[in-house]
Amino acid sequence: MREPPAPIERTDAGDFVVRLSPEERDLLRRLAAELEELLAEEPADPSLRRLRPRAYEDEEVEREFRALMGAELEAGRLENLRGLGATVGEKRLDAEELDRWLAALNDLRLVLGTRLDVTEDLFADGFDSAAPNAYELAVYAFLTWVQEAAVQAAAGNLGAGSVEDD
Amino acid sequence: MEGEHEEHDRPWIVVVWNDPINLMSYVTLVFQKLFGYSLAKATELMLQVHHDGKAVVSSGTREKAEHDVARLHAHGLWATLRQD
Repeated sequence: MREPPAPIERTDAGDFVVRLSPEERDLLRRLAAELEELLAEEPADPSLRRLRPRAYEDEEVEREFRALMGAELEAGRLENLRGLGATVGEKRLDAEELDRWLAALNDLRLVLGTRLDVTEDLFADGFDSAAPNAYELAVYAFLTWVQEAAVQAAAGNLGAGSVEDD
Repeated sequence: MEGEHEEHDRPWIVVVWNDPINLMSYVTLVFQKLFGYSLAKATELMLQVHHDGKAVVSSGTREKAEHDVARLHAHGLWATLRQD
């Protein structure tokens, strides 16, 4: 079997082409909207904990950090999810739009991965379509596939131009 | 968040911890983007996180370290800071 073409690829013009079916785009749109809703309505839901990791061990200092940075981080997260929702139908993305996709896809994987309690060797024994959570696992694998392509596309943009820092 | 009275000179370090969800390629990309590291340096740090469970990715004043941690959190990475 031939590998399907990458769902996201950098073009020679420097933007990014998106090859997803209407169903796949609908799925992404729905997932982004669902996470946005969950953040608004159930902000303490345990599946969201990986979106807000601790910065400090000390409880009190951690609370100060959260008070200082929390709102900005949450606002950025919503912007990225809305950015994904707003451009999910596009055939091409610019670099800024792709950055929002990257962050939003990662947040979706963090939440779904937390819910599924995934480990690093999740699919080491293949995909079990009879598993009770087979649908969620398939969605997680789909998100991983799209994100991996988005990362490769974005990495192509960085090229070798990065600053050496040793 | 200033006001510590001891050990002003020791730098604050930013530690990124391993987690089973973030993709290795994504973590490498984030290190390149946020800190301007080369692909080689970013990959080395990512592998250190992966194999050792954590890596120090930046250091400096408390303000800088806090800023770096916030940017890493914005990208979904599990980062903490502490004084060295």
